[in-house]
Amino acid sequence: MGFFDKLFKSKEKRKNAQKYKLGMSKTRSGIFNNLKILLETTTIITDDLFDELEEIFIMADIGVDTVIKFVSHLRDTVELKGITAPTDLKELIIEEMFKLYVKDEIVTSNLDIRNDRINIVLFVGVNGSGKTTTIGKVANEYIKKGNKVLMVAGDTFRAGAINQLKIWSERVGASFYSKDEGSDPSSVMFDAIQYAEENSIDIILCDTAGRLQNKVNLMKELGKINKVIAREVEGAPHETLLVVDATTGQNGLSQAKIFNEVTNISGIVLTKLDGTAKGGIVLAIKDELNIPIKYVGLGEKIDDLEHFDIEEYIYGMFGDIF
Amino acid sequence: MAFDNLSDRLQMSLRRVTGKGRLTEKDIEEMMREVRLSLLEADVNFKVVKEFTKTVKEQAMGEKILKGLNPGQQVVKIVHEELKNIMGEKAAPLTINMIGITKIMMVGLQGAGKTTTAGKLAFHLRKNNNLKPLLVALDIYRPAAIEQLKTIGAQLNVDVFEMGIFEKPQTIIKKALEYAVSNGNNLIIADTAGRLHIDNKMMQELVDIKDILKPEEVLLNLDAMTGQDAVNVASSFHETLSVTGAILTKLDGDTRGGAALSLRQVTNIPIKFVGMGEKLDQLEVFHPDRMASRILGMGDVLTLVDKVTENIDEDDMMSLMEKMMSGKYNYDDYLKQLNMIKKMGSLGGMMKLIPGMNKALKGQNIDEKQTIYIKALIQSMTKAERKDPKLISRSSSRRRRVARGSGRSVSDVNKLIQSLEQQGQMMKKMAGMDPSKMNSASALGAMRNTPVKQKKGKGKNRNRFRY
Repeated sequence: MGFFDKLFKSKEKRKNAQKYKLGMSKTRSGIFNNLKILLETTTIITDDLFDELEEIFIMADIGVDTVIKFVSHLRDTVELKGITAPTDLKELIIEEMFKLYVKDEIVTSNLDIRNDRINIVLFVGVNGSGKTTTIGKVANEYIKKGNKVLMVAGDTFRAGAINQLKIWSERVGASFYSKDEGSDPSSVMFDAIQYAEENSIDIILCDTAGRLQNKVNLMKELGKINKVIAREVEGAPHETLLVVDATTGQNGLSQAKIFNEVTNISGIVLTKLDGTAKGGIVLAIKDELNIPIKYVGLGEKIDDLEHFDIEEYIYGMFGDIF
Repeated sequence: MAFDNLSDRLQMSLRRVTGKGRLTEKDIEEMMREVRLSLLEADVNFKVVKEFTKTVKEQAMGEKILKGLNPGQQVVKIVHEELKNIMGEKAAPLTINMIGITKIMMVGLQGAGKTTTAGKLAFHLRKNNNLKPLLVALDIYRPAAIEQLKTIGAQLNVDVFEMGIFEKPQTIIKKALEYAVSNGNNLIIADTAGRLHIDNKMMQELVDIKDILKPEEVLLNLDAMTGQDAVNVASSFHETLSVTGAILTKLDGDTRGGAALSLRQVTNIPIKFVGMGEKLDQLEVFHPDRMASRILGMGDVLTLVDKVTENIDEDDMMSLMEKMMSGKYNYDDYLKQLNMIKKMGSLGGMMKLIPGMNKALKGQNIDEKQTIYIKALIQSMTKAERKDPKLISRSSSRRRRVARGSGRSVSDVNKLIQSLEQQGQMMKKMAGMDPSKMNSASALGAMRNTPVKQKKGKGKNRNRFRY
């Protein structure tokens, strides 16, 4: 268990992982028990075993291409290292999964927030992924750190969206800026930036209307929002976070690709991970587009948002195997 | 369009098979791997995929296929039939009480689209079943959820019942029932809060609401983009609430929508509607057989036919079609056609329903604004010019006048002239086209098995224009 111990050497990490584990417990026992049983009942490593592995990863919604690549890499490594016992595969799987995410780079889940400027964070995503709720939670984090946070109601389309964000701003004690329903979201952003400058705001969190990535006109609208922000504040938006529902399947990849073309996504927020879905598609997104995960949503409460930690995530997925 | 990518891959994997005289066992093995991967990539549940490929393989391995004249077509047919089997044979209608109040309960995960769909459903049932709906706001948890429902109600001019966020949903639904009786509503649509299927306390609340409301329909709203977890979600809701049907939302995205395939197979819940857009009239009845055709890239011809009959005068359509096919196609017809399409819904949406167009249109965007410009251009022409397109194409001074009149540039006029010519040519081509060539060999075999509505009377020839 060498690698695994190294992975979780700090006590704190283990404790945090417990929270992940709790949230993801149902899926883990659902799918990954199969893996445990499979590894323990098979005596030799066969092609069938790799096929089963492939299926198990796919069941976690890790993208098909990524899975195929990953499994074929496993095959090679097994051959190279001369591994014969299926039980030795466990460690290898975790190690390789970790490498797949980190890719020898420094991956941070912190947002690029600095004290010497107005920081702008733009939230984008498809309908119903949880953008507004996530903004409420992120605002809470930074207000606790003593920042002055402004929420901007950029969703001027969906009925009730403005009020939903307003209620969140009251809950967490953030400033709030909105215009009438149906106004041009770019103009809302423009005015909000003026407001922020006048009121010495540290962080602007911009909500946007949910949009399906294949709606060309809506994506153009988003491009315009992005352009206006970039024009008004140099280097902004400093973070553009794509909010992805953990139940999302392969479509998550298409979301990341197309949103990234329009807005330059700097991170993913994986919401609703407290259900039975594993959100494995984010691993494919990292693998194919190199977009890291910044946050995971683990519940409806105000502080149920955690910074993403790949070690904890993997542990949450595979903890039961050992 | 949904399933685009799945049909692409299926077609790709099957292309190797079509055109071959004979199938070896290795061919079938290889094809099944492709089918399996493409279905998994489409988010079909892996258990369903396993069963699916097993059945198809067994049938394909039988002597029937190996002795057949065209094995490729037969495999396509088997795949198509099996897809239909999984998705259920027929479109499942809603249970509507002829006398008394029909009660519908919307349930699902957070963000599935329950509130929007509740509004759409109210609109749909008022329009098609002549009911007087009452929307009931039971989501007391999500901020501004009640306001959202009220706004939708106001947009549709539909009654909304709410008691704020401080009463329990159980109390609200009880009062709503009384209110519906006194207010003369004969349809109740209860919009419940989104919840996780593993949240026992919240699931119990739904059981309570169901006990009080005694709904005819409990409809599970499921995001079409849902991955492998769709089956877990559906099974849990079904076990607790005996769900009577599902609504697949956000199917207008580019998701492959494999959840649709899994649902019925694993949980036996029929899909009754699909959400096709953010506008409140964009709810469509789900047709499993049509969906199977769509998966195989045969276009959703029947939906097109339905849309056309709903909105278009058949005689108008016939004469227009005949004109198109004969090549005598002028600006009057162009304008008429534009108006028709506008009546039927978005241009992009319509084109995708036509077989073959689907692929042809990939990567191209149809700008809805263009139609407005085209209208302006045509309306700036004289009657004679509209009837005889040559007048415009031969005279530059006429072109300049039209440009001035419409506020567009001369190059726009030229573009319109070109487009009219192209349209005429395309239509001529389409009229003379061999259907089997359009959809690769696959369409023929499977098409025969697609029930085509036979019309009597004036519209009976319409099916001629299916291609």
